[in-house]
Amino acid sequence: MLTRLLDQDRPPITLTVDGQPIAARDGDTLLTAILAAGLGHVRTGEFGDGPRAGFCWMGACQDCWVRVGGQAMRACSTLATPGMAVTRR
Amino acid sequence: MRVAVVGAGPAGIRAVETLVAAGLRPAWIEESPDGGGRIAQRPPGAFRRDARALYGADAPRARALHATLDGLKPQLDWRPGTLVWNLDPRTRRLELIQAGRRGTLDYDRIILATGAMDRVVPLPGWTLPGVTTLGGAQVALKAQGVAVGARPVFIGTGPLLWLTALQYARAGAPPPLILDTTPLLTKRAGLPMLLHDPALALRGLGLRLALLRHAPIHEDVTPIAIEGAGHVQAIRWRDAAWREHVTACDAVAMGWGLKPETQLADLAEIPFAFDPIQRAHLPVRDAAGRSPVPGHYLAGDGARVAGAKVAEWTGARAALALLEDAGLPFDAGQAGWLEARLQGQARARAALERAFPYPARLAARLPDDTMLCRCEGVTAGQVRASAAPDLNRAKALTRLGMGRCQGRVCGLAGAEILAAQLGVPVARVGRLRGQMPVKPIPMDAL
Repeated sequence: MLTRLLDQDRPPITLTVDGQPIAARDGDTLLTAILAAGLGHVRTGEFGDGPRAGFCWMGACQDCWVRVGGQAMRACSTLATPGMAVTRR
Repeated sequence: MRVAVVGAGPAGIRAVETLVAAGLRPAWIEESPDGGGRIAQRPPGAFRRDARALYGADAPRARALHATLDGLKPQLDWRPGTLVWNLDPRTRRLELIQAGRRGTLDYDRIILATGAMDRVVPLPGWTLPGVTTLGGAQVALKAQGVAVGARPVFIGTGPLLWLTALQYARAGAPPPLILDTTPLLTKRAGLPMLLHDPALALRGLGLRLALLRHAPIHEDVTPIAIEGAGHVQAIRWRDAAWREHVTACDAVAMGWGLKPETQLADLAEIPFAFDPIQRAHLPVRDAAGRSPVPGHYLAGDGARVAGAKVAEWTGARAALALLEDAGLPFDAGQAGWLEARLQGQARARAALERAFPYPARLAARLPDDTMLCRCEGVTAGQVRASAAPDLNRAKALTRLGMGRCQGRVCGLAGAEILAAQLGVPVARVGRLRGQMPVKPIPMDAL
């Protein structure tokens, strides 16, 4: 499971994922925030092949897309901001 | 003359530095929020670790790159957070998107320094949450301060396998073991590295020795599957004696070297040729970085994977070629010095590639029901059954590589599977071509 290890004394922020508030830290990407909150995945494969939680962490594999305010975004390359409303598919 | 540079990693930084020193003010486009590339990636502003903590032995190089980068930004048209999603070599126009806004940029000459990503082999279970690339595991630790797992298994081959595993062990997420697919005997092919790049070779050996104090390294392993319900729980593998093992873990990081991001070179209509050492089709360029398409130059790992040090040299060399071709004064002595360094490094690189080869047979022997294309859910068996004569035909028939990542992740393994099925050399099945937009963009931007 994703584990916070280093440099984690950053200011706390709160955002929502599928309507649920989660605690994150200033500087977290959405991928870090969602997985560190224990939500387990950021999207679901379109072909019945289960949950996905990203893969490359550098904006190449396109396997961590979430929606923020109706817009599709890569969770690995989008910084979490206070009050952000994220939805997963 | 309008000059554009795409990418602000080591190659882009040294290219732009060289252009600015000659009095040019290029437009400099970087997809990430900041420059530095992956090796010298900087965390967002709220993080506090210093360069030594972030980059270890690479700290002096990272500091030097950042100092140059930050000094250059105010001197030119610096555009971070901007994706080049299309390039037309005839009109010499880039199409951009920045914070959801579309734009264009016209250029007369351009340097493409687009970087690389992990080269992977699919495995049964590799889409489970908790599976990442080696580079991904490293970015997580460096740029986010998180471990992809508390007990991660590292699998693959090459220096990045050792380096990432060691970084995790030292950060407090000790790997239970390291699985290296290359036999120890094969690694002897790396011995010429001691001659051609002794510093790097010794650093590699030092890494390996340091890692052995933290975790056992198993050589010549064959991965079978990553297992778990909803998340990684174990990896199943065979040792060199073909005994089967199941190792409990909460993450798997995998990688077999790197592969260049060549989509923009493709859109620029630069021809590609098969490179037997890197076992992939790569864009054609001369020793200075000139592509056969006038005004279009290639540099860094985005042209051919050779590491950060070489990327700095190829970046500077390509910029000198651009200056020369434009009829501007350029330092011919520096150009000659760089080419001599690059020749020496090419020998070191060849030894490294032979010592840590892409495990083509692992890919070719994947079980039929293994998901090969993560985007479109295409299995290895579907590609075999397609009986396609080449990779692009297989794409049309199976949707392999037709999804969001354009085959960046599965393309090389798909080529190995198809070539093995057809009984032809992998060079013969071709490659998945890049398409615009090179990454997904909002429909309303099109």
